[in-house]
Formats: sequence, structure tokens, C-alpha cells
Amino acid sequence: MDLFEYQARDLFEASGVPVLAGAVATTPEQAQQAAEKIGGKVVVKAQVKIGGRGKAGGVKLAENPADAFEKAKAILGMDIKGHTVHKVMIAGAAPIESEYYLAILLDRAARSFLVMASVSGGMDIEEVAHKTPEKLAKVHVDPNEGISSDKALEIVRKGGFPADVEKAVADVLVTLWKTFKDSDATLVEVNPLVKTTDGRIIALDGKVTLDDNAAFRHPHHEALIDHAATNPLEALAKEKDLNYVKLDGEVGVIGNGAGLVMSTLDVVAYAGEKFGGVKPANFLDIGGGASAQVMADGLSIILGDPAVKSVFVNVFGGITACDAVANGIVQALSMLGDKATKPIVVRLDGNNVLEGRRILNEANHPLVQQLDTMDGAAARAAELAAK
Amino acid sequence: MAIFLDENTKVIVQGMTGSEGTKHTRRMIASGTKIVGGVTPGKGGQVVEIEGKSLPVFNSVSEAVAATGATASVIFVPPKFAKSAVVDAIDAHVPLIVVITEGIPVHDTASFWAHAQKVGKSRIIGPNCPGLISPGKSNIGITPSDITGPGKIGLVSKSGTLTYQMMYELRDIGFTTAVGIGGDPIIGTTHIDCLKAFQDDPDTEAIVMIGEIGGDAEERAAAFIKEYVTKPVVGYVAGFTAPEGKTMGHAGAIVSGSSGTAEAKKVALEAAGVKVGKTPSETANLLRAIITSSKG
Repeated sequence: MDLFEYQARDLFEASGVPVLAGAVATTPEQAQQAAEKIGGKVVVKAQVKIGGRGKAGGVKLAENPADAFEKAKAILGMDIKGHTVHKVMIAGAAPIESEYYLAILLDRAARSFLVMASVSGGMDIEEVAHKTPEKLAKVHVDPNEGISSDKALEIVRKGGFPADVEKAVADVLVTLWKTFKDSDATLVEVNPLVKTTDGRIIALDGKVTLDDNAAFRHPHHEALIDHAATNPLEALAKEKDLNYVKLDGEVGVIGNGAGLVMSTLDVVAYAGEKFGGVKPANFLDIGGGASAQVMADGLSIILGDPAVKSVFVNVFGGITACDAVANGIVQALSMLGDKATKPIVVRLDGNNVLEGRRILNEANHPLVQQLDTMDGAAARAAELAAK
Repeated sequence: MAIFLDENTKVIVQGMTGSEGTKHTRRMIASGTKIVGGVTPGKGGQVVEIEGKSLPVFNSVSEAVAATGATASVIFVPPKFAKSAVVDAIDAHVPLIVVITEGIPVHDTASFWAHAQKVGKSRIIGPNCPGLISPGKSNIGITPSDITGPGKIGLVSKSGTLTYQMMYELRDIGFTTAVGIGGDPIIGTTHIDCLKAFQDDPDTEAIVMIGEIGGDAEERAAAFIKEYVTKPVVGYVAGFTAPEGKTMGHAGAIVSGSSGTAEAKKVALEAAGVKVGKTPSETANLLRAIITSSKG
């Protein structure tokens, strides 16, 4: 899960990373109140989980609380690269002398964690990495040893930080490591980390990504989820513990295993090219142990999507045998009754496939048709969706 | 021959007394795997009957290894306890550790991986993987054993069900070993490790490599193929139409050095001389054509 900037700021503050005062607002009135509380000039910043908001006009300096009201009014509701701004952060303003960059992240290739540090912070760190890689220090961190004060100082020196801020930046890095580890983050990025004209070191903007697999260790992380951004069908699927992603096509897809379902989306899209560009309407992985109830939940979510014109159930029976899947489909259709109105193409293979196919043939449901191959079934589903 | 496991591999099951562990122990025994015992802390000394075999349960992996001579461990322990189970196996110097568990926090995986490197005695496969099968010899994990038999293809894949699908498509030829390496951000055995082992295995004649969007493992595998692999390799990448992933901030994009898209992976593989199929069945046909033409 990616956090909003204000959530990252809150996390930094709670962990002892130096930040400016900040508060989140969903209305211009709230923005004005927050600005009054902070005092002086403030910055009004659009809260969207995408880069480039500054260039898009989503960050504005406000001279006073009344101005913060106006600036928030202008920013709230803006569209930034397809993301609607529902919240703004009101943050204190600081006189900036220098902008630095610090990040700790998961490095898949090295199967470890990586610290990146640079004195060339600001908006264009990707360009720094690309054009002047020598200005970006990269140091791996042993997950079991972490970042001690000595290690932090070594990294900061490698990054070429001026001697007068070395100690303060190293302290921030040690605290960032603690934040990274204690909150099970896969990314903690501070850009920019600034030196103010009066010599303070402050994390001005932050990006944090938390590991969803570690949610069991952090029950309070649930409160950070952005429900406003969740599609209603996705929210319903989540309630039923289904792995569902809404897409913008017409063929509803259900399968078992993330890889096979992704592959099914591709095969449907290829087949759809022959039928006027029909595309998959969703990703839905019912996982290993697909009971009748899981199949019913999955089918009812997909059939509840008005964009869906046909459904493709693609299952390779591994641990879950095909007869169980077939029974699931039959029971799901009887549970759904009149609500099931769209044609369903089923392709079963693998464990107990003959019994599975026999069950579906015997049930002889008017909406269900079976095909033997994945490619053939995808083509049929695409054809039905194009009608 | 096969890679990583054969008919002599002696396997213990960590988490054998749990419901998943018991179910899959039964299936592994039925498919010919030499299961020699299980580990459940606190249940040491018990004996459980599974599939007509009396299997001793131990409190720790080192006790299990001392008593049974196990050379591999398969882990069905829930995410919360998985790290300590893997560390237990690493500290007992088990040569092959297969982590089936899905949903392990990546900080835990990073930690046990670093520990395993330090100790230097174990190969880890997974986590979040179906395991590996050398058909007719041994099967560690949850791969259905009856899809196909032994043959001359080596297969490496991030995805479980796509592995099964591909084994099914190529059931007429058969496999030396099929390895499901798992789709987590950190995995113990990579595409490259498997490609190297298949290249060095005299019985493997051709290799199928299945990838997915995300990360740059396929791009690195492509570079390795160019440099090291002389056997024919065909590839498949899932996720051409998958929606763009989460924005990971600048840092992620810098490190991966690749967009992580299916298209980028396909281009990299083709540049390394790998034939890439558009669908699983097209991929299978590409491989079948190679095997058939080499016969004749």
C-alpha cells in the first residue's frame, strides 16, 4: 500500500524524523483552520498518489489562512493525471537553502535493502540517477544488521554531503531505517530532505510504501487504506476475500492462480482483436481452494458489473479438482437464479477434468457452454461479448 | 537426471501436523516422494500415520535431520511463523529448503535470505511457490503429480497454475524437472539459477521459462541466456494486458532499471534468441517444434 504524503508525514513525525507541522483537509474551511493553527505562510499540497503534481499546479504557497482557503478551493477537485484530488495537506513553509535526497527501499535483484543518498535532491532525482549517477550513492544494507550510526555516516559521506550537515543527515537516516523496519515498509523516500537557511534538516516530502503481507503485525495500518479510491466492485470483492481488479473491457474473467488469470486476460484480449477489440472486464483469482461459495461470490460480482457481456471461467485443476469447480458453478448458478443473465464459457482441465465436464453437461444450464482449450474458450467468450 | 531433487532426496515437512501440511504430505507420499518425518515445535515425539506411513514428529529441524538424514525440507508453516521455521532449517544446514507459504512479509524473507547466505549451506526455493517436481522421481510441494511424466524438458516459472498448464500442454514430451520459483519480490532460487542447472543437466534438452510482469528478473535471465545457455529456450510472459502497477515512487523505477512490463521482458528475451509465445499453447508449440526438428 502506498501512503499519501500526509500519512507519510504523520509516520515520520511519530518515528522522530524531523518534519514541518502539517494537517490534512478535505474542505477549504478545514484548510483555513489548519493554516490558522500552523501560523504564518503555509503550503497547500494536493494529496494524490502520483508524481508531477507540482508541475500540474497541485502545490501552492498561501500567504495567510484566507489565502489557504482560496488555494485549497482551487486544488480540491482538480484532476492530476487521472487522480481526483479529495484531500490537501496544509504544511508549514520553510526557507530552503539546499535540497537533498534519501531513500531506503527493497532491491529485488540484490534480494536485500538499498539506501540511496544524494545532495542533488528535488524533483528530478530520476534524472540525477540517469545523467550523473556518481551523485547518487547506493549502499546495500544487511537486513539483520540494519543501519548503525557509523554505517549511516559512511553512507552520508559517500553521498558527498557537506561536513556541517553530515551528522544531522546521518541521524535522520538511522531514524528512517527504524521507520522502514518497524513499519514493514518496502519504500521510504524523502525528497527533498532540506537544509533550511537557519541550518535545520527537515523531511519536506515523503513517499512510503507498506508491505500488505505484514498487515497482521500492524492492525493500525488498516486505517490508512484510501477507501475513496476503491472501485465499489473491488470493495465488495475485498469483503468476500477475493482477489479482484476492475478493468475496462466486456469479458468477465474468473480463474485460479494469479499467473493463469493474467495469462487468461492476455488470451482474451488477443481473441478479442478479431471481434472489434473486445477486452477483459476484470481480473479475478479465486485461488487454490475454490468452494462453491467462492465461485458463487466471484460469479455474482462479475455478473453485477454492467460492463460485462460474457464470462470466461478458466480453471486448471491442481489441488482444487475440476469436479469441485463444476459443482461450484452449478450451485452458484442456482444460488444466483434470475440474477444470472449472461453467457458463461467454461474451460476445465487438469485434476478430475472428465468428472467436472460431466457435471456441467448433466446440469445442462442454458447459459453455460464448455470448450476444451483455453484459446478456443477465450475466442468464444470474446465472440459472445461482441454480439 | 533432474535438477535439485531426485528419487534419493529425503524430505521432512515443517508444519506436517497442520491441515495443509497433512494434506500435502499425503499427496507427496502418493506421488513417490521419500517423506521421512515432520517438524512441529512442541509436538516432538509424536508419530503420525499418513498414507500408510508412520512418520516421526520432531521439535526442531536439527533433531529431524540427525534422526532421519533428511536432505530437504518443505515448509507449510503460516506466514507469522514462517521466518523462524526457515531459519531453523538454515541452521540445521538442510541442503534444499522449499518454502510453500504464501504471504510472508518481505522483511522476513530478506532476513532469512541474508542469514542463509551467511551460513552458506542451503538452497532456498520460494517463498510463495508450488515447489518443484522431477516427474517419476520426487515431488516437493503442491504440484499435481499426475499431469505428465519424466521427459526432456526443464521448466522454470514464477506462477503455479501456469506451470501446471504448461506441463499439461507438453505432457506428450515430459519433464526432467519443473521448478516453481514463486512470485514474491524476494525469492531464494531465481530463473537464472534454474537456467544454469538445466544447461548443466545432461538429460534436459530444452527449457521453458515462464515469467510475469513486475521486477526485472526476466531481463536479467535474458542476459544470462545470451552468455551461458546453449540449449534451446522458449519463453512465455503473462500480463500484457494487466493494468499498470502501483506507482512505487522514483526509487523503485531507478533500481529495477526496467519498466517491468510484459513487453519489455518479451523484447529482452527475444534479443537473447529466446522464442516467446503469445499464449501458453503457442509457447508449447514453439517448444514442440524444436524438439521434433532436433530428432530429425
